[in-house]
This record gives sequence, C-alpha cells and structure tokens, in this order.
Amino acid sequence: MSVAAVASELDDGINAMGMTHAERIFAQAAGGESVSAGEFVVADIDLAMLHDIFAAQVFDMLQEVEGDKIFDRAKVAVVIDHLVPAPSAEAAALHKRIREHVARLGIETFYDAGAGICHQLLPEGGHVRPGMLIVGTDSHTTTYGALGAGGTGIGTSDMVYALSTGRLWFRVPETIRFEMFGDLQPGVTWKDVILHLAGRYGTDGAQYKAMEFGGPAVKHADMPSRLTVANMAVEMGAKFGLFAADEVTDEYLIAQTGEGTDRYGPDPDATYEAVHEITLTDLDPQVARPHEVDNVGSVTEVEGITIDQAFIGSCTNGRIEDLRAAAAVLDGKHIASGVRLIVAPASQSVIKEATDSGVLATLVDAGATVLAPGCGPCFGGHGGLLAQGERCIGTHNRNFTGRMGHAAAEIYLGSPATVAASAIAGSIADPRTVEVAHV
Amino acid sequence: MSETALEHDHMTGRVWKFDSDISTDVLSPGQYAVDPVEVRKLHVLESVNPEFAPNVQPGDIVVAGSNFGCGSSRETAAENLRALGVACVVAESFARIFMRNAVAVGLPVIVCKGVHDSFSDGDTAKVVLSEGSVTNIDTGTSLVGDSLPAEMRDILAAGGILNVLQSQSE
Repeated sequence: MSVAAVASELDDGINAMGMTHAERIFAQAAGGESVSAGEFVVADIDLAMLHDIFAAQVFDMLQEVEGDKIFDRAKVAVVIDHLVPAPSAEAAALHKRIREHVARLGIETFYDAGAGICHQLLPEGGHVRPGMLIVGTDSHTTTYGALGAGGTGIGTSDMVYALSTGRLWFRVPETIRFEMFGDLQPGVTWKDVILHLAGRYGTDGAQYKAMEFGGPAVKHADMPSRLTVANMAVEMGAKFGLFAADEVTDEYLIAQTGEGTDRYGPDPDATYEAVHEITLTDLDPQVARPHEVDNVGSVTEVEGITIDQAFIGSCTNGRIEDLRAAAAVLDGKHIASGVRLIVAPASQSVIKEATDSGVLATLVDAGATVLAPGCGPCFGGHGGLLAQGERCIGTHNRNFTGRMGHAAAEIYLGSPATVAASAIAGSIADPRTVEVAHV
Repeated sequence: MSETALEHDHMTGRVWKFDSDISTDVLSPGQYAVDPVEVRKLHVLESVNPEFAPNVQPGDIVVAGSNFGCGSSRETAAENLRALGVACVVAESFARIFMRNAVAVGLPVIVCKGVHDSFSDGDTAKVVLSEGSVTNIDTGTSLVGDSLPAEMRDILAAGGILNVLQSQSE
C-alpha cells in the first residue's frame, strides 16, 4: 500500500484505498464501488470485436448453442481484415459466411474486406472510449488502452459466452506502472520505447498484469504513438496496456467523433505491484532479433545484417504517421537491389491520406509494393511470406519462429524509420545515419 | 469425489517436453488457421518437434518452460492439443490468453515452478489437478504447483465454457 493510501485510510477510518486504472474499469464493469487485484469478477462487456479468422466459427457456435442470442447488437463489431483480399477460394467462402451471419444477426458495425485492420478501424471510427471494457478475438486488442479503454484478447468459446450473455469472468489484474521521463532523440520513436521495455522486462514481464504508461514523457506521446505502445503490451504478456485519458485523448476523440472526454485513469494513491522509472533521453533505435520479441538491442548491434524483405504495416505501425516517417527516409532514394519492400497501410483512410499527401508516391517511387489494408504478411497468412533462410525486418509485433512463412526464416522488428533505412541499405541500418526529408 | 471426477483429477501419462516461449504460431500455424481440427492437429509443434503430432497418445502430458502459448488469441492452440488427446499441460508459466482458452475448451493446465528441469522427454508424469501436484514416476521427484482457482476448475469440470453456457440457459 502506498503512503498516501495509508494516510487516507487513517483519515477516513474506512477502507479508502485508491484504484489503479484497471481496477477502475473492472469496478465499473462489475457494477461495484471498488474491486482489488486478485478478485474474480463477472463484468459487463461494452464492446465485442470479431475478425474474419474467428467470426464465422463464433457465429456458428452461437447459433448451435444459444440459437443466435446476442446480448446487444449495438455492442458488437465485425471486421474482415486477416485474409484480405481473399487469397483463396476457402477464404472467400469464409468471408461469404461472415457476411451472411452479419446480415442475419443485424450487426451494424461491420467493416468488410478492404476497410482496414480492426485495431486501426475501431479507434478511427470512434468506437473506443476511455473506461470501456472491450474484448476481441485478437491478442492485440490491448491497443485500445491507448484511449484509456480496457481492451483484451479472448478465444472463440469465451467470445460465444460474451456475445450471448454480455458478460465474462475476469481476474482483476495487478498493475505494473511505467513512469517515463525525458525526450526521445531524433530518429527514435515510441516503437523503440516499447521494444526496449520488452527487452528489459521480458515477454513474461507483465504476464496476467495490467501495464500503466505514465509520467511526464507520456504527455508528449501523440495518439498514434500510444496505439503502438498499447498494441505491444501483449508482447510482455499483459492483459491491458493503459494510458490515462488526458488532453491528447480529448483532442483525438474530438477530431474523430466530435465528442471529447473527461480525464480517466488511476487514483494517485493506487497500489501497484511495481513502479518502474524509465528515462528515454539516451535511448537508441531498438531492434528485436529472432525469434523472441524480448531479444532486443540497439540498432547499432545489428547494423549490416543483410535482408531480403522489409515490411511496413500491421496494427502496430501501419498508420499515416508511420508511412510518413518511412517516406521521409525513402524520399528521393531507392531500395537496394534484391530487397523487396512491402507496405500495407492500416486502413482505407490511411491509403487515402497517403495518396492525397504524396506519401504513397514517394514510397512507390522508392520501389515499394503496396498491399491492400490488412494483416496478411504479419500473421503469416499471405502476401509477402518468407522462404527458407530468408530474412525480413518489419514494423510489426512478432518475430516468432514460423510467424511469416518458413520456419527457417528470420524476422527482425523495428520502427518504420529503421525499416525504411534498412530497405535502402539492403541490410539493417540506423535511421539516424540517413538524411531525412520533410514529406 | 465421484469416480469420473477422480479420473479427471488424477492423470498419469508419457511426458513430451518443450522449452520456453512455445508460441501459438507453432501450436497452431497460421497457414492452417481456418482448416478443420483434423488437419490442424497434424501440424501441432511440427517446427519444434516433428515427432510430436504423429506419435502423441491420448493421456500424454506436455511439460514446458515459461510463457507457454504466447502470441495470438487463437483458441485452436489449446483445442489442437486437446484434439490430440493431451491430458494436461504443466509449464513454468503460461501466456494469459492461452491459459484462458485452455480453461474455455476444457484442457487442464498447471503452473508449476521447476517442472521443466524435473522432467526429460519420455518420462512418466502423475498429475493431481486439485492439488496442483506433479510427480516424475521415473525419478521420484515431486513438485507442487499452483492449483487452478475454483472458478476455473468449475469450467474445466463442466468440459469447457460452452457447456457452462448451455447449462445456464437450460
């Protein structure tokens, strides 16, 4: 218990311990005054998200077990994003089944193939607000923590239960808080920060826990950066990766929906399992080496390792800001011969903005192959897989064995600037050594 | 405890041993993501141990290092193991979503520190779920892990969360 919490308890003579951000979300969702880490709660779901890998199966199961009963059609979102455009007749048939289910069940929030990646579309479309409890059939549902929402991944059976009852059991997680100080140097991004945290604390470092990102440095992190960080909280095992809702959140929500937000976050006297202070000032661009996301070092340690493919995209780093950062590095240059550069913008809005601003032309002029918005290469489905012995550096979130094609391929992870610099060099390169244009 | 409950609580089987960070990508490779379980189960762990899927027998036990099941939310990672007849997975730690999915599909799991070093591939393990205990029959080493909370054991006992849902709606 913190000193402040003890003092407040003495003053009031009652148990007035403050709550973490995660405890606040679960207290609200479970209809109680307060909950504490370790408690099991049955919580109301504010939004349930399904994507094309699992949606048809979930709706089949729901039909079979519960006769199509859905707790609230307005609180369900379906996105076709993984097998886009359909790479096989089987995938096309799967999508057809999903469309039939969606029409039959009367689900309104439906993003068909080509609209974009779920974790880009839901924030972009204003479906995510601070304090919501959101479950998705995707591990990167933690992304919504960027807006102060409790987003977490679940499997298909749990999703059937959630869709039918509108509720789900949870163990309220302990929270690890990361207090961040200092300014990032030019060429260093919040992708480098989350890779650094994964390297420092490990893929098991926040297992079953909530992560809270706070401190003075976070005030300067824009929403795209926060989405990247919260997205990868799951790579450290976290249930949630949370940013408190502040001015940045308010401005983002006003821009996306016209309706801003109050502050939403932890109490000052909340109890944490651990608080880590992180100084960002001296951080180099970071790279995760094969085959674990916590196998992280400075880009200077891996410079010169040759690559066959560079990939810019995914729910981690496929936003317009990421494409712009890559274009700034690639402007007026060309990728190395023998290297393939694959760019998958995260949504149709991102493509539109990249087209209108000239960012897309810069990337294409530099030799990029542009894919439809979707998850294809990142999850090893299609559209840029690797052969035996090939090596790729990408802006995505996982570098596991077999993730992107052949089991004997290697995946490195870095920021959009690092990946762009590497595509030009034909080998892993430090983006700080490349002259950057203003695009 | 009834005889059936005891059968589910006590299990003895051949150990298949794996190291840390066994991901959902190797438990359920993306290329077969939407294939039926009969196809998916043939590719379980093939990039780590190609002998596993063709030779694992119903009742066998998987022993692993930390962060077992890390990666995506695909329930097929747990479902594939259950479809192969794996009786229980005992690991130093599990990735959160895998553990949740294992309970949801009725695959018993135990978190047990020290289990990775206490077993060799091919040893025989005895597991008592309600106690969280794991014994190496070949070496006599006995360990006590974390037994699952009652809330999760209830779902396992029902055979998974869909059975819970069905019994609630009846």
